[in-house]
Amino acid sequence: MFWNALTLQLGYNATLVTIGATLLGIAAGVTGTFLYLRKRALVSDAISHATLPGVGIAFMLMVLLGGDGRALPGLLLGAAVSSWIGLLCVSWLTRLTRLSEDAAIGAVLSVFFGFGIVLLTVIQTMGAGRAAGLEGFLLGSTAGMLFNDALVIAGGGALTLVAVLILRRPMTLLAFDPEYAAARGINVGRMDLAIMALALAVTVIGLKVVGLILIVAMLIIPPVTARFWTERTDHMVLISGLCGGLAAWIGASLSAVAPAMPTGPIIVLSSFALFVLSLLLAPNRGVLAVYLRHVRFQRRVHMRQGLLALAQGQPIYEAFTVRLLKRAGLAHADGVPTDDGRARAAKALRDEKRWELVRADQAFESAAALYDGLRDIETVLTDDQISEIDQRIGGPQGVAS
Amino acid sequence: MSGEEFVPLSLTPMLIGVLAAVACALPGNFLVLRRQALIGDAISHVVLPGIVVAFLLTGLVAAAPMMLGAAGAALVSVVMIEAIRRLGNIEPGAAMGLTFTTLFAAGVLLLEQSDTSSVHLDVEHALYGNLESLIWLDAIGWSSLLDPLALAGLPPELGRVVIALIGVIGFLWLFWRPLVVSTFDESFAQAMGIATNRLGVALVMVAALAAVAAFDAVGSIIVIAMFICPPAAARLMTNRLEHQMAWSVVFAVLSAVLGYVFAGYAPLWLGFENAVSAAGMIATVSGLILALAACFAPHRYRSGAPAV
Repeated sequence: MFWNALTLQLGYNATLVTIGATLLGIAAGVTGTFLYLRKRALVSDAISHATLPGVGIAFMLMVLLGGDGRALPGLLLGAAVSSWIGLLCVSWLTRLTRLSEDAAIGAVLSVFFGFGIVLLTVIQTMGAGRAAGLEGFLLGSTAGMLFNDALVIAGGGALTLVAVLILRRPMTLLAFDPEYAAARGINVGRMDLAIMALALAVTVIGLKVVGLILIVAMLIIPPVTARFWTERTDHMVLISGLCGGLAAWIGASLSAVAPAMPTGPIIVLSSFALFVLSLLLAPNRGVLAVYLRHVRFQRRVHMRQGLLALAQGQPIYEAFTVRLLKRAGLAHADGVPTDDGRARAAKALRDEKRWELVRADQAFESAAALYDGLRDIETVLTDDQISEIDQRIGGPQGVAS
Repeated sequence: MSGEEFVPLSLTPMLIGVLAAVACALPGNFLVLRRQALIGDAISHVVLPGIVVAFLLTGLVAAAPMMLGAAGAALVSVVMIEAIRRLGNIEPGAAMGLTFTTLFAAGVLLLEQSDTSSVHLDVEHALYGNLESLIWLDAIGWSSLLDPLALAGLPPELGRVVIALIGVIGFLWLFWRPLVVSTFDESFAQAMGIATNRLGVALVMVAALAAVAAFDAVGSIIVIAMFICPPAAARLMTNRLEHQMAWSVVFAVLSAVLGYVFAGYAPLWLGFENAVSAAGMIATVSGLILALAACFAPHRYRSGAPAV
């Protein structure tokens, strides 16, 4: 059943929802990446909440003009206009007053949303029943999606992607080095607004599917997930789009199978599941990788200290060190070195002495800069250089037993 | 308007609105100054899953388990934000957005999945509360304020908001100096031996207490608006923290009273039949006050910025 949904074999409506949601997820993931890199992820929260008054006003206008108040393009246009005003309010409050951006975001989102609720209650009194569709914008409702709605969503998503493709270079530049971008002749303020406008486009398109409270998640979670897997912006954009699309696809399919599950929350939770997987398992930046790196580092430190102690005939009190040495076959359980251990210990002590000379000698300055107490000297110097240092140290000295 | 009509129908909702607004605005001052304004946003979103989980565990729509559930959810979200921020090395804004949207989605899903249709628990209620329904049926006029029998019939939300307000004031009064010092100069506060991290968490928990008590009565929009708008407007009025607190209380009271009046009576004056959402109107009024402050307040510019 779930497999049928994933492979789009569950009827016309479910297929429509799944495709629309997936396109939306890709567009949101790609756009959100630039928002995240610019460190302004939460501006999307203000944008999404600020759509509500626009939806209300558009509905009222369309009803007053004698049309159908629930026509999606009209509602989305209203949403876009009011969230654009909200966006300008945020940037105006931040620029012209002493308020910080987070206070401006919070103020705009709560006030616009509150005003939107006022308008919704007004609409409810205008005539019962006709406003039924509007509540769906809060949490999204895909059940009654029409072909035209899906077309609007797909078209909007595609347009957003094209815009990102065109603007990706200046936006990347802006995210990493605004001053340099300004020096290159990019209008920073306008490019910032362009990033916001793209986020706004995704928000407005996604209103119908996931609702205005949860659309933020589609802009924030995929980029954060993607950041774990790569250090390159272009890869991050691709991975983020992939994560967003995948989460939306899985989420929409799940909710097609179990109609009691609303689409928006399921998409958000799938997205979160991808995030948790990445947080734990990503190579290099994931929690597991960091932990393993830490364990390896710990072992090397213990090993080195243990070998130096053996070389100088000092007793080892640290149980972990003894265990490590024993496992490597370098010492017995009571901390007495084996022959192998004696040899390794002598080398460790000699390397220590070599490093001492390297670090004291200006000629080896670049090699000395790499000293961190654990690095093998063979990885830094050539055999010739090492034998030159050995000559300075003199002949081999016995290891105390 | 006569006392017979005003006291039972409007006095208690207005009073609850005012007290809730003040309880949120007071800790909001510190949140705004510490650039943590959006913590208030996050808290008010995660209150929903907390309440739903509390309901599913106990099966009751009672105040105590719900308050506990909401406070627990606030704590969980703070821990989760911090854990994601540290483990993943992610900037705080994104960690916050990730956390509260996920928890909110989980709350909505639980609500839809469980059999809560029989009880008064839905997303709309959580968002914009039901201030208008908190009427005092036992009152017959101003004289009821002295009548112990009628006073016993006051809506229980009033008591909860009063307790939360007392808690907030008590916390601010007890920890005033450390709070002020750690807000303006964290390293100096640490040098003085103040546990700034613990104090920060305590402040968030107090904000959560206010949010939960207010949420119960007025919904989460007012909570976010009152955390941020009155303190932000007050910030533009003065450079002294004590004065800013006073201004924020004035603005909060003004928003609550004007918002309630506009919502309840303005549509009637304009010839409409029904009132509009009081919670939404209170948030709108607080936004208008902030807009006025941003245009005309004496200290609206950053210090050092040229006067335009």
